Amino acid sequence: MRLQLSPELEAFREEMRTFFTTQVPQEIRDTVAARRHLGKDDYVRAQRALNAAGLAVPHWPVEWGGKDWTPLQRHIWREEMQLACVPEPLAFNTSMIGPVLAQFGNQEQKERYLAKTANLDIWWCQGFSEPDAGSDLASLRTTAVRDGDDWIVNGQKTWTTLGQYADWIFCLCRTDPTAEKKQRGISLLLFPMDTPGVTLRPIELLDGGFEVNEVFFEDVRVPAENLVGEENQGWTIAKFLLGNERVGIARVGTTKYYLSLAKDLARQTTAGGRPLLDDPRMAGRIAEIENELLALELTALRVVANSADGRPHPASSVLKLRGSELQQAATELLVDIAGPLSLASFADGGSEVPDWARVATPEYLNYRKVSIYGGSNEVQRTIIAGTILGL
Amino acid sequence: MDFQFDSEQNDLREAVRGLLERAYGDAEERRRVTRADPGFDEKTWARLAEMGVLGLPFAEADGGMGAGPIEVAIVAEQIGRVLAPEPFVEAVVLAGGLVAAVGTAEQRAELLGPLSEGSSVLAFAHAEPATRWSAAAVGVTATRDGDAWTLTGVKEPVLAGARADVLVVSAVTGGGTALFVVDGDATGLTRTGYRTHDGGRAANVTFAATPARLLGDGGSPTHPADRTPDIERAFALARIAYANEAVGAMDTALRTTSEYLTTRKQFGVTLNKFQALTFRAADMYVSLELARSVALWASMVADAGGDVVSAADRARLQTSRAGRHIGQEAIQLHGGIGVTAEYKVGHYTSRLTAIDHVLGDGDFALDRLAATVGDHPTVDPLGAPYAPGAGVDA
Repeated sequence: MRLQLSPELEAFREEMRTFFTTQVPQEIRDTVAARRHLGKDDYVRAQRALNAAGLAVPHWPVEWGGKDWTPLQRHIWREEMQLACVPEPLAFNTSMIGPVLAQFGNQEQKERYLAKTANLDIWWCQGFSEPDAGSDLASLRTTAVRDGDDWIVNGQKTWTTLGQYADWIFCLCRTDPTAEKKQRGISLLLFPMDTPGVTLRPIELLDGGFEVNEVFFEDVRVPAENLVGEENQGWTIAKFLLGNERVGIARVGTTKYYLSLAKDLARQTTAGGRPLLDDPRMAGRIAEIENELLALELTALRVVANSADGRPHPASSVLKLRGSELQQAATELLVDIAGPLSLASFADGGSEVPDWARVATPEYLNYRKVSIYGGSNEVQRTIIAGTILGL
Repeated sequence: MDFQFDSEQNDLREAVRGLLERAYGDAEERRRVTRADPGFDEKTWARLAEMGVLGLPFAEADGGMGAGPIEVAIVAEQIGRVLAPEPFVEAVVLAGGLVAAVGTAEQRAELLGPLSEGSSVLAFAHAEPATRWSAAAVGVTATRDGDAWTLTGVKEPVLAGARADVLVVSAVTGGGTALFVVDGDATGLTRTGYRTHDGGRAANVTFAATPARLLGDGGSPTHPADRTPDIERAFALARIAYANEAVGAMDTALRTTSEYLTTRKQFGVTLNKFQALTFRAADMYVSLELARSVALWASMVADAGGDVVSAADRARLQTSRAGRHIGQEAIQLHGGIGVTAEYKVGHYTSRLTAIDHVLGDGDFALDRLAATVGDHPTVDPLGAPYAPGAGVDA
């Protein structure tokens, strides 16, 4: 048992902190700090700045640009990035399809895609969820039927995040509708979003933004070489991918930043003739969330510090569940600090309401998503009850 | 940074677990022991002494083992797992801890040696009917007559106060709150013991011009040094030990509940077929693991010499919330049997409730944390003020 980081890890943390606060374009970090949506170009510039320094894909195999870091180093890297309001490398590229290709792809696919994926020269989107296949992903119905050297894809995906920016999609398709178990007849295909027959419809969210999309496929012709892994091996790949998706999902650094912001704003906001931060109820509420966040961070540290043997720590399933709840608690707190000013959410010019109060409610509403995506919190409870408690 | 116990610590854990499992693995045996005074098993106390457990946190020169807060946490968790009624936290961590922190070399040798050997039980007489988790004494006053001190007033509830061979007592002097040592057979000392709801023992301790010896030698003869900060620090170490005890208790409460859900049948199926119940058990697990993280961390902060008072408040808050959640749900998921004294799970809820009120509940800790919430932008568990010397900006 030892509380302090080793001197080497302290130096590593300092190195990360210095890089993230000095080498990523300030205006992009300011946009994140102001909790405004980033444009495609912002994501690309930020990721290329990281990739140029070898910091975009540290968790990949060394051969493809990875760093061979310990889980604790990766944790520090992620936390410092979030605390510095640096946009994280695009998850679809770096946490999802990149590791999948490194693990399941053939040599030709690795050489063709991995470097461009790390540098965001290719923007990937995720073709997983469908209108009737959400938490029950294996019920997906998009089909791919072999036709000579091609697959012909028909069907529909939804919740395709940032699909409007995407160059390529990695898409789960049903390739054997007769398989005994529905999990067994699924394959993973890659294809460009401008392939004939692909159309995209943006979905407006409650915050007024366009973050997710529906994607429709009508006789989309995909070369057979764009299959990843074996035919009908897609479910194995999907589980591998979703396992990676949950890494770092606690987002402690982000929530920490939100709480520090909440304290500043509560100090600047006057209620009943005194700073809102001096109100005992408000101070208590912030202190309670802060303590919950400490507990979450320590649990994340326990998980990363003790998972060197490669097996996931049982407590890891707690991270997604409580991490999402605390992100939501922090965004809710910011709305309550804004109070009536939060109503000026879509104000443009001519409003005296500060920007932070305008973004508060749209973000709060948007963040209801975090307990739904990445395996809903009900799915997490099912995992805890089943695999940990044996229920 | 490392959350793993080393091999010696693992050995300690296994040894204590084995001893306490043999003594109280059968919940009926615990009921039997706690029904009769002094509320714990003197033989188990002696075995803990033989194992070195009762001298763990004290310097070897004072008759102790020279171990620290991590080892104390290990023992406390094992105590919690089986609800061992031995007053380890009360006698060793709190009363003994005060002697170790404040006593002169002579006093430390005189009091901590026998405590470590199991021949003398110490208790800290501090709580008063009119105070609420304050580190200062109010209602018991110390009077100096020549070279001697006498105490007058009432302390209650004093945990293990009737059984204790020696009392460490806080009292008001001209210098603030001082600490005194009172022998169990002192004149003018009246002790009325009673059972507490969790099977423990507490007492009303009344002092009527009772002879007492000043603990430590700071300050002037008429104005001894104010020991409020020492009490605050000893409270913090005890809160952290209780946090680990609570984690052990919560762990068993959840395990017992899970076992029950997989065996108890209603409507023709075992209860684990009802998602309404398994989801609640999953939430109990979340509470437990988060509390375990903070309890372990606070023990590490104490071990590293960081801000132990603040770390203890954080552990107190987290384990208070978790203890109530898990304790209440454990009973509810069991149904009526959970409220009976004949089945074990309810005793865990009772003990968690007691722990919650000995040295401050969750709201008490939250109030203290809220008072300083604006002083720091973020909390860094591995940096200042918790990890002294860590980091370049610490």
